[in-house]
Amino acid sequence: MKSGILAAAAAAVVFGAVTGAQAGPTLDAVKGRGFVQCGVNAGLPGFGNPDSSGNWTGLDVDYCRAVAVALFNDPNKVKFTPLSAQQRFPAIQSGEVDLLSRNTTVTLTRDTSVGLNFAPVTYYDGQGFMVNKKLGVKSAKELNGATVCVQAGTTTELNLADYFRTNNMSYNPVVIESNDEVNAAYFAGRCDVLTTDASGLAGTRAGVAPVPDDHIILPEIISKEPLAPAVRHGDDQWFDVVKWTVYATIQAEEMGITSKNVDEFVNSKNPEIQRILGTSPGMGKALGLDEKWAYNVIKTMGNYGEIFERNVGMKTPLKLERGLNALWTNGGLQYAMPIR
Amino acid sequence: MASETRDTARPSAPGGVSFSLSDPTVRAVFYQVLVVGIVIAVGWFLIHNTLDNLSKRSIATGFGFLDREASFGIGESLIDYHPRDSYGRAFLVGVLNTLKVSIIGVVLATVLGTLIGVARLSSNWLIAKLASTYVEIVRNIPPLLQLFFWYALVSESMPPVRQALNPIPGVFLSQRGLFVPVPSADPVWGTMGFALAIGVIAVIFLRRWSKARQERTGQPFPIGTASLGLLIGLPLVAYLVGGAPTALDVPKLQGFNFVGGVVITPEFFAILVGLVVYTAAFIAEVVRSGILAVNWGQTEAARALGIDSGKTLRLVVLPQALRVIVPPLTSQYLNLTKNSSLALAIGYPDLVSIANTTLNQTGQAIEGVTMIMGTYLVISLGISIFMNWYNKRIALVER
Repeated sequence: MKSGILAAAAAAVVFGAVTGAQAGPTLDAVKGRGFVQCGVNAGLPGFGNPDSSGNWTGLDVDYCRAVAVALFNDPNKVKFTPLSAQQRFPAIQSGEVDLLSRNTTVTLTRDTSVGLNFAPVTYYDGQGFMVNKKLGVKSAKELNGATVCVQAGTTTELNLADYFRTNNMSYNPVVIESNDEVNAAYFAGRCDVLTTDASGLAGTRAGVAPVPDDHIILPEIISKEPLAPAVRHGDDQWFDVVKWTVYATIQAEEMGITSKNVDEFVNSKNPEIQRILGTSPGMGKALGLDEKWAYNVIKTMGNYGEIFERNVGMKTPLKLERGLNALWTNGGLQYAMPIR
Repeated sequence: MASETRDTARPSAPGGVSFSLSDPTVRAVFYQVLVVGIVIAVGWFLIHNTLDNLSKRSIATGFGFLDREASFGIGESLIDYHPRDSYGRAFLVGVLNTLKVSIIGVVLATVLGTLIGVARLSSNWLIAKLASTYVEIVRNIPPLLQLFFWYALVSESMPPVRQALNPIPGVFLSQRGLFVPVPSADPVWGTMGFALAIGVIAVIFLRRWSKARQERTGQPFPIGTASLGLLIGLPLVAYLVGGAPTALDVPKLQGFNFVGGVVITPEFFAILVGLVVYTAAFIAEVVRSGILAVNWGQTEAARALGIDSGKTLRLVVLPQALRVIVPPLTSQYLNLTKNSSLALAIGYPDLVSIANTTLNQTGQAIEGVTMIMGTYLVISLGISIFMNWYNKRIALVER
């Protein structure tokens, strides 16, 4: 079943003509096609998930839309491809998607031998454990001998092995391919512990658990999971477009520009704001985009803070605090490079 | 038109050196060379194009990753495995898990399929209809759905591990699987295995001798009882001589889970039962068609000779039915083996599951998929070779 899809992606590399070799073809191809092909999570509330009326929602999804807005000034010019953890890399490698925005952790291997380039981090996460309250477990250090449900093909699977090795504990992995089946196995009681990124645990507890209050997320965060959109190696121009689209949203928050007040800033005297919003031209041309690219992104999608609060913030079922994802000026890690 | 060409070709043939395409021999060689050339060219193009694409995208190539540390855990394994072992060993664990479920599955599916197939031919209306219903329902539902069904059945219907059912002392049944006690390690088990091997060899010689004697004197020898006696008796003697150890490794609830004994995990149970039930429906039809293919006159003739019904089935009907059964049965064995790759969906660590994790961690999809395809090819060819050998052995010797 899944090997079929992987085989298809492998076949694309075997039979396919070379794309993404010279600088710039992805941007031209996307512009010619009229929409962005974006790989997203099939069912992770808050990050990539279709809502009850079938519209894709989530933080990762919004960054797909932001890139579409930067290109076409239309958040709906995106073709979403739901991908499992195992399908995602073949899909981006073979050119099935232009952009992978699927809670993917930045690692050295993925940046090099998997052949990806990572845009700025959109969510700083870490791996956690969720257990049923009935077990009375208060710390991950008490999990010796536990059965752990984990999704196949994730960094989570490796961190899990590392953590138990480091602490001289043993565990029994139940490794399942689809996220839904992993959750089902955990909630049915097949495993003592469910492990994934802490944000994912919050999403699962809020959106999937029969009784959310029966489950607690243990305090230990056992890894660094910086989640970022990714593109293929070998196309710097397309990489730049994605990278600066993310930076534009962060920079907008830093300057207090929101989707509601962006029009008031268009005539600002501040040269930095003028450059971002295209009042003084140059930035758009450098990227190969319309001068209004960042204005459109902020106007349509909002700044980083708005995207965060809308999808995963305190007013959503996930109830995630900004934490590491606050702006650097507020003690967090979100820091945009200068747009000039 | 062909004959026309040949007519014009013939006069030139005795002339010696002539490479006209109209000469059938030259033509045959020419087209064979052409086809081989095209195959090589396409193969070369594919390999070249792949390497080209991979290097342009800076994706790593080669099988060097097999020596690197896997650093992921595997739920169940027939050999010792630890995350610090290599990807190569992890893959081996997967291959063994696939073989385990395939071999046990093939045996059970054959037994169940034969029973159902014979039941469909039963003169008892209820049994025949039940068997037909089984076949029609099971073979018309996709196997993946059946796997989900069996897996959900275990995880939803079984009690949590701390309220495990305890039907027999030492045996525990829960969502974590079936835990059964096993005899503790003791040197006597090795001796018993040796005794069993001697028993098997003795039985082979005994059969030869009894057959020869029957052909010579017509006296039948109770070979069945004697073989059974040898196979059970010799290891039993070894066991008693070895001191008859009775120590058991009984599973105990310790911390989160049972420790000790042997476990049949829900994942293994679901994949095994799913594959057996699904494949048995097809095997039942194969068996039924095989038995129906033997002319009723054969049975009547055997009865007329005074052969009893058991021997009629064993010596007259089955040998002829097997000729029809074995070739399609081979296909079913191959299907079962390949369907075991569905295990990924319910978390049984088969070779596809482990190769997928590996290729996902290393990013080397081409190598991973090649390894999966190569391994299935080897396993399938192995089954084919064995079944073809068996087919030749039982094929009707025409005189």
